[in-house]
Amino acid sequence: MIFLSNLINGLSLGSVYAIIALGYTMVYGISKMLNFAHGDVIMVGAYISFCGTAYLNLPAWASVILAMIVCTALGILIEGLAYRPLRGTGSLAVLITAIGVSYFLQNAALLIWGSAPKVFTSVFDKLGNSISLFDGELTITWEALFTLIAAVIIMVGMTLFTGKTKVGKAMRAVSEDNGAAQLMGINVNSTISMTFAIGSALAAIAGVLLCSSYPALMPTTGAMPGIKAFTAAVFGGIGSIPGAMLGGILIGVIEIFGRAFISSELSDAIVFGVLIIVLLVKPSGLLGKKITEKV
Amino acid sequence: MKMQIKNGRLSPYTKNSIISYGLVIGAFVIVSILNSMGMVSSSLQGQLVPICCYIVMAVSLNLVVGISGELSLGHAGFMSAGAYTGIVVSGILETSGLPIYGRLAVAIICGAIVAGVLGFLIGIPVLRLRGDYLAIVTLAFGEIIKNIMNIVYAGKDSHGFHLKTNPDLGLEEGGRMLLNGPMGATQVQRISTFAAGFVLVLITLFVVQNIMNSKQGRAIMACRDNRIAAESIGLNVMKYKLMAFTVSAALAGMGGALFGLNYSTLLPVKFNFNTSVLILVFVVLGGLGNIWGSIIAATILTILPEALRQFADYRMLAYAIVLILVMIFTYSPKIKNFTQGFIDKNFKRKKPTAQTEGGGQV
Repeated sequence: MIFLSNLINGLSLGSVYAIIALGYTMVYGISKMLNFAHGDVIMVGAYISFCGTAYLNLPAWASVILAMIVCTALGILIEGLAYRPLRGTGSLAVLITAIGVSYFLQNAALLIWGSAPKVFTSVFDKLGNSISLFDGELTITWEALFTLIAAVIIMVGMTLFTGKTKVGKAMRAVSEDNGAAQLMGINVNSTISMTFAIGSALAAIAGVLLCSSYPALMPTTGAMPGIKAFTAAVFGGIGSIPGAMLGGILIGVIEIFGRAFISSELSDAIVFGVLIIVLLVKPSGLLGKKITEKV
Repeated sequence: MKMQIKNGRLSPYTKNSIISYGLVIGAFVIVSILNSMGMVSSSLQGQLVPICCYIVMAVSLNLVVGISGELSLGHAGFMSAGAYTGIVVSGILETSGLPIYGRLAVAIICGAIVAGVLGFLIGIPVLRLRGDYLAIVTLAFGEIIKNIMNIVYAGKDSHGFHLKTNPDLGLEEGGRMLLNGPMGATQVQRISTFAAGFVLVLITLFVVQNIMNSKQGRAIMACRDNRIAAESIGLNVMKYKLMAFTVSAALAGMGGALFGLNYSTLLPVKFNFNTSVLILVFVVLGGLGNIWGSIIAATILTILPEALRQFADYRMLAYAIVLILVMIFTYSPKIKNFTQGFIDKNFKRKKPTAQTEGGGQV
């Protein structure tokens, strides 16, 4: 039973990582940049949702939608102001700008909401207690259950979106070959904006889900999950949507199992250790495409 | 350093290095004089040693990112290895009667050796990867080092030195804890000085500039510019990349030891991902492969948050905005074209410069 409850916790945490990793991987696929500010968009999303319920007295679902709208706008704004002027200059310049944006968001949050942790009320608070199975031996929290469901829905939704819709196909085309896509009449600018918008909306959902399970909300809340999700995206093969899902869930499960069965202090080291081993065996990640070099 | 003399004149390399050393020595002398005259504010005074450390860190990271062309996100890990080694060595030698400078030198050398060995061991697997995968693995190693520092406890008593992964060291009375796990190093004797920092900066400059102008350095840069071409003319790419990585780690260990011995307490959290990123910011902002750029960026960006103190709460926000704006103004193709057009229009030269600046390409 301990094993099973840890597995569920791991899957739930992994689902959050997977949703965040999806944002990383999509942005990486389309603009070949590591968007380090993504973790902080999660934090902003969680704060907006917190404000929605605590100050505006909105119902939980409305606060989530509000957070998604604000984060979508934020994502488009960041891309347009900070990243677009640097497009085509190589990944390192954009990487540093992304770090600047990350500092900006963290410090702006610090000024607006202060450094003291806010206690985030779970959006599933109204549902009451957790579900208990096997005569109370196994309890599943609503948060864990809904996080898993949300991850599955998002996963299916994104696969359909990128596979079937016109915008999704445009995204894949731009990530495959930017120049050729433009020649085919695809508006590259708006497609990239769209990718940032979707990634940021997903980050808002992830932020709400993360803080529903782990309620302490601080300006630095997004930093570590951001790094872990980034790891997850690489783990699964960066640029690949199923890879991000798989990587996220594996990282979450490994983290929770490491914490429960090996050492609580070394859980991060275990996660990163597994990542290193996987990348050494399979250098392009679990589901990543191997790119052969042409001379 | 080889003095290359051609036609009775110094070679440009030698001339450049002499200018570099001269500038560093000049800066040191000026700051020392100002300091002795009491013209350096106390907040700046406290930052002199960290500035030297960050210069060492930035120049050494530049060796990996700029000259060897591999993005490393775990440089703070080597810094922490050096810092903790330095603290432990200095703590052990405290009662040995060695003069303070000797102790500092031994601590820094030990820090460099430990970090260098660590860099070598980590480099072997890491450098098999490329690009962003390499970056993420260096990040992972940095986090692992930080995590391990969190569970290391060390102390010394009359029986000698104890090292364990739990706080129960069984020290006898009069024994002293040197490392306290997540509490970090406590009661460190602060023996770092600005002069030592200055010497370290000179050593780092000497090492990196000589590597850059040597056969090995040119091989490293060839591997960066075109791996396949370098391989096809018989260069062992792995060897040269590993060399750059190891030297960089050893230099970072040196800087770390100096850094560690500058504070009475040092938490493992100090060496997290943010510190690695901070150093990377120095390198990229200063220009990849540009040693002077790294030095200037490290100095300015270390002073900047203090200088922005008048903005009080807004200072880190201002720092972030300055960082973003500087990046956009330095690298944006549109702005570059605009300024180039402006220069061409108003200060027309006889022939256009065909030279591309080294720092501009990322």
